[in-house]
Amino acid sequence: MKLILPKSNGTAKSNPTAKLSSTSTRLPKCPTGIQGLDEITDGGLPRGRPTLVCGGAGCGKTLLGAEFLVRGATQFDEPGVLIAFEETEKELKANVSSLGFDLDGLVRRKKIVVDYVHIERSEVQESGEYDLEGLFVRVGHAIDSIGAKRIVLDTMEVLFASLPNEAILRSELRRLFRWLKDKGVTALITAERGREALTRHGLEEYVSDCVILLDHRVNDQIATRHLRVVKYRGALHGTNEFPFLIGDDGISVLPITSLALNHKVSSERIATGIPRLDSMLGGRGFFRGSSILLTGTPGTGKTIISSNFAQAAAKRGEKVLYFSFEESPDQIMRNMHSIGLRLEPLVKKGLLRFHSARPSLYGLEMHLATMFKEIATFKPSVVIIDPITSLLDTGTDSEGKGMVTRLIDYLKAGQITSLFTSLTQGGHALQQSEAAMSSLMDAWVLLQDYEGNGERNRVLYVLKARGMAHSNQIREFLISNHGIDLVDAYIGASGVLTGSARVAQGSLEKAAVLSGQQEAARLKREVERKRAAIERQINGLRSDYESESLELRRIAEQVGSSTLMLNTERTASGILRQADAKVTVDLRNNGRSGRKHQ
Amino acid sequence: MKTKTVKRRALAPSRSKTPFWQLRLYVMDQTIKSQTALANLKQICETHLKGCYRITVINVSKHPQLAKGDQILAIPTVVRKLPSPVRTVIGTLADTARVLVGLDLRPAA
Repeated sequence: MKLILPKSNGTAKSNPTAKLSSTSTRLPKCPTGIQGLDEITDGGLPRGRPTLVCGGAGCGKTLLGAEFLVRGATQFDEPGVLIAFEETEKELKANVSSLGFDLDGLVRRKKIVVDYVHIERSEVQESGEYDLEGLFVRVGHAIDSIGAKRIVLDTMEVLFASLPNEAILRSELRRLFRWLKDKGVTALITAERGREALTRHGLEEYVSDCVILLDHRVNDQIATRHLRVVKYRGALHGTNEFPFLIGDDGISVLPITSLALNHKVSSERIATGIPRLDSMLGGRGFFRGSSILLTGTPGTGKTIISSNFAQAAAKRGEKVLYFSFEESPDQIMRNMHSIGLRLEPLVKKGLLRFHSARPSLYGLEMHLATMFKEIATFKPSVVIIDPITSLLDTGTDSEGKGMVTRLIDYLKAGQITSLFTSLTQGGHALQQSEAAMSSLMDAWVLLQDYEGNGERNRVLYVLKARGMAHSNQIREFLISNHGIDLVDAYIGASGVLTGSARVAQGSLEKAAVLSGQQEAARLKREVERKRAAIERQINGLRSDYESESLELRRIAEQVGSSTLMLNTERTASGILRQADAKVTVDLRNNGRSGRKHQ
Repeated sequence: MKTKTVKRRALAPSRSKTPFWQLRLYVMDQTIKSQTALANLKQICETHLKGCYRITVINVSKHPQLAKGDQILAIPTVVRKLPSPVRTVIGTLADTARVLVGLDLRPAA
């Protein structure tokens, strides 16, 4: 028993403590459903507590509140109450319908209650003590009628203008927020921004759980809305100012994920669309999800290489989003057509999308926000920004770097390959001028002009490519009417030879080879000729010999036959002389000796 | 106090020219403030509008939807429905002069 008891105690103890620690570290959150805001606040607003949203006129407080309710009702099945002090129900419905929110329908389906609380100071006389039980009753009634989990009080501060007795109002507000907390509804209270304090009437004193500051700032004639979580009791939150957009589908705060460097990486490689460039990059192109910088002086073909990259990706069936800050889509397509790149069919297929905007159209943050939004809706696997430099010109260096960092982090989180082109001014030290950006890039391809012999030629080399063996060579690249072609540049003691100098060098080498070949052929012919002469001589000698030996045989035969004839004649004469016995012996002897002689 | 207390007085010959006054007093249960307000209102009306007024007392905790109609925030609130225009006084109505101004009520001579 004694052995078992501590064991069972230990297990019983460990479970509740584990549970406790997990719940104590995470405050219950109420997701807003607003793009990006939940990321910044790590899950949403504090559940069951009031949150203060303050900001100046026209920075989107009411809209934030309305979206909080609408998203709550539609996405999280949490009905909500909107207590409006400024706008009537009708006005509110009209205003939010421009963002595609069907407030009217939600009210009819009893998902949202809108109560317009109006009090006109000129019509109200104050006499003696009072409290705001009327407001409490109305709010309570609205909450209970639909079982609301969320409430928005849009601009409380109107009350300060309507009710003269501030002391009563303050104590009543304190009581109201306490009461809402007790009821367990997640409240969002909007307030006007004050000159020194966060709010004009110091509401932040009463709402201390979470304070969000909205801001609409004009910088260099460019207005941008910002959101900042000033305070979030008991929870981690992003403390930066984040730009946000009010688009046609509500508010989107930039979904920043740059708080940590923990994106997954892919070891998949993707081709650049230029085979020889691929072979320079270890033979297989860039890594998927990497960030690529393409720098070059004007007219070195940055857009062409980008378009090639875009086309290659689209032809593989991947979606490509092309942000162009200098040329219109039509212009790019026309220009690319001239070198044999046909982008229109890819655009028509929906694989390639252009987004063109002048950099000066709005601020850097706004550009970033629109880019994020485009990326989020189009979901590309390749993003091209052409050129990033003209975009960065609209902000300061640090802003620019911050923006690029956030953009790259965002793209990397989604494993989106990004290609940035960067325009460098002639005469700059390239490495220096790109120092800010290059450290963020995984690969850096440099395009350069080489001037000489009265011509400019383009060369390309890979300055860096993280995580792959890459060529250290400079390649010249040619743009012809059938695309890009990389050729080896000649590098020698006199430097890099490009263009016609390269061609001249090429033809010199060709001539040398040709003359060598000719010399060899000549020698060969000579030897051949000699061999033929010798053979002819040999043949002559042999025929001499043959004719002589033939002559010899002929003579020998003649000698033989004449001897025979002589013998025959002798025999005949012997017969004539009748000395036959002697003659036959002689004839036999003569015949033998004659044969022997031959 | 009941939810609705209707007080009706016969027309007094002295104030026959004054129009009929319809007043609504919004209260919250039987709080001291509410009771004080009702007492004060009654007294003022008796003094200045004898015989030609009617007070409707509405307990907002029982009828919260009624609070919306007259845009009630503060409790207690008295609303002059008739004669138009609508006028509103909030508070315990302790300051009679202010109530008279607020209700646009000329003191009886």
